[in-house]
Amino acid sequence: MAYSDKVVDHYNNPRNVGSFAKDLPGVGTGLVGAPECGDVMKLQIKVNLETGVIEDAKFKTFGCGSAIASSSLATEWLKGKTVDEAGKIKNTDIVNELKLPPVKIHCSVLAEDAIKAALADYREKHAGATASAQK
Amino acid sequence: MALKFPIFMDAQSTTPADPRVVEAMLPYFTEKFGHPASRNHPFGWEAEGAVDLARERLQKLIGARDPKEIIFTSGGTESINLALKGVAEMYREKGTHIVTTAIEQRATLDTCKRLERQGFTVTHVPVRPDGLVDLDAIRAALTDKTILISVMFANNEVGTIQDMAGIGKLAKDKGILFHADATQAVGKIAVNAEAMGIDLLSCTAHLMYGPKGVGALYVRRKAPRVRLAPMIDGGGHERGMRSGTLPVPLIVGFGKAAEICAEVMPEESARLRGLRDKLQDRILSSVEESYLNGDPERRLPHNLNISFAYVEGESVLMGVNKETALSSGSACTSSTLEPSYVIAALGASTELAHSSIRFSLHRFNTEEEVDYVAGRTIEVVKRLRDMSPLYELAKEGVDLKSIQWKAE
Repeated sequence: MAYSDKVVDHYNNPRNVGSFAKDLPGVGTGLVGAPECGDVMKLQIKVNLETGVIEDAKFKTFGCGSAIASSSLATEWLKGKTVDEAGKIKNTDIVNELKLPPVKIHCSVLAEDAIKAALADYREKHAGATASAQK
Repeated sequence: MALKFPIFMDAQSTTPADPRVVEAMLPYFTEKFGHPASRNHPFGWEAEGAVDLARERLQKLIGARDPKEIIFTSGGTESINLALKGVAEMYREKGTHIVTTAIEQRATLDTCKRLERQGFTVTHVPVRPDGLVDLDAIRAALTDKTILISVMFANNEVGTIQDMAGIGKLAKDKGILFHADATQAVGKIAVNAEAMGIDLLSCTAHLMYGPKGVGALYVRRKAPRVRLAPMIDGGGHERGMRSGTLPVPLIVGFGKAAEICAEVMPEESARLRGLRDKLQDRILSSVEESYLNGDPERRLPHNLNISFAYVEGESVLMGVNKETALSSGSACTSSTLEPSYVIAALGASTELAHSSIRFSLHRFNTEEEVDYVAGRTIEVVKRLRDMSPLYELAKEGVDLKSIQWKAE
């Protein structure tokens, strides 16, 4: 199977690889997938508690090249979005951007799950934080 | 010598044809184009003579008693299909039970599945963690309805070599036919159908530096005389077991490849073993938590299969594939989206099956290539571990099994 240029680019030059300390203020962490399924993604966002904007995002992924590319792209898209906007990223957006073939669609689904999990974790830890920021 | 890219180290999927093989084949496309079954003119005689010579070379390579015991087919898959289905149909009255192993190739597994739909029962004997089949486990699986034991001589993924003589003796004692899938073994290691008590043996040219599109099935003619129901009906070629005009150029190439393999085997297997051991030592000593799959001793000299914990196999291939052709047991590289059932059958965790990489060397690999591939693989695995959440968790001392994974 040949990979699209964008998948190859993200694989060779992954954006935002790394980790934030989980208990840092404004950080939300999502860990999805399972080792026995062959892919695990950890995606983290760092939200400005004043503005509700995602200032930084990081990922680490165990998985195939398309899984790495999907999570790398997700971190790129998350930066600069508000928490609410980030929730609107769909796996199909990732499929279209990376031109993923049908057998790799699950990688984009996992990336969407990772975003949702990170947002949920952030909301749980910072209930009311963005609401107060918007006042 | 300067390296030439890409480097091919996927020789258990196919091998390049030896230039001497191609040279031997060429005249049989043009001036020597006769049909070997044309009995009444020189074109036919010439073609028949060439096919007979190839048959003799194959006979010698696999230790058959008689060249007539070699039936030419289109390749390993067809040979296995013919052996299993041909025996099943011919001996159905005698019994409907077949014994095989958990690590056979798809041609065997899927043929067995079809036979099961036709009323046969199949027992898949498990293998030990080293990839070897226990003789006692095979013995225990036999019933008074068993008509055939089919075992892979050498495994396509982990390279383990089974005790074929032991299984052959067991089969003889019980009066059961024994088929060897020797597609990965013939031309690489000593194979002797007669001495090992093998009744049927499948092999293919393209895994021993011959052309794609031709294979052979050895069918024993004496003690016992094995009979097969043909799968392809027609002009009654190949003793009625496989009709169809023989592809003379391919068969000539197959014969030449067999002759070369027989001649160079001692030197070649020692050389490849040396290169393989070097590759293995460098990788295992440089990458922590990398695990050799399969028995360390009883395996093909050109095979190396390693699982790299915390990284997924396809992502390793993607890192090296511009310069190096390897293969992986990862689900993402298979058409079924399941990780390697062979690695899983050895009792490794599914996660390590996803992380397995196979290096398989061939006649034309050099030491410089081995050095390069070792270095490149180590580099890529380290890079991928730096971006693996599992590696990070493991480094933090988290037991990965203690985590409640949210699988899809």
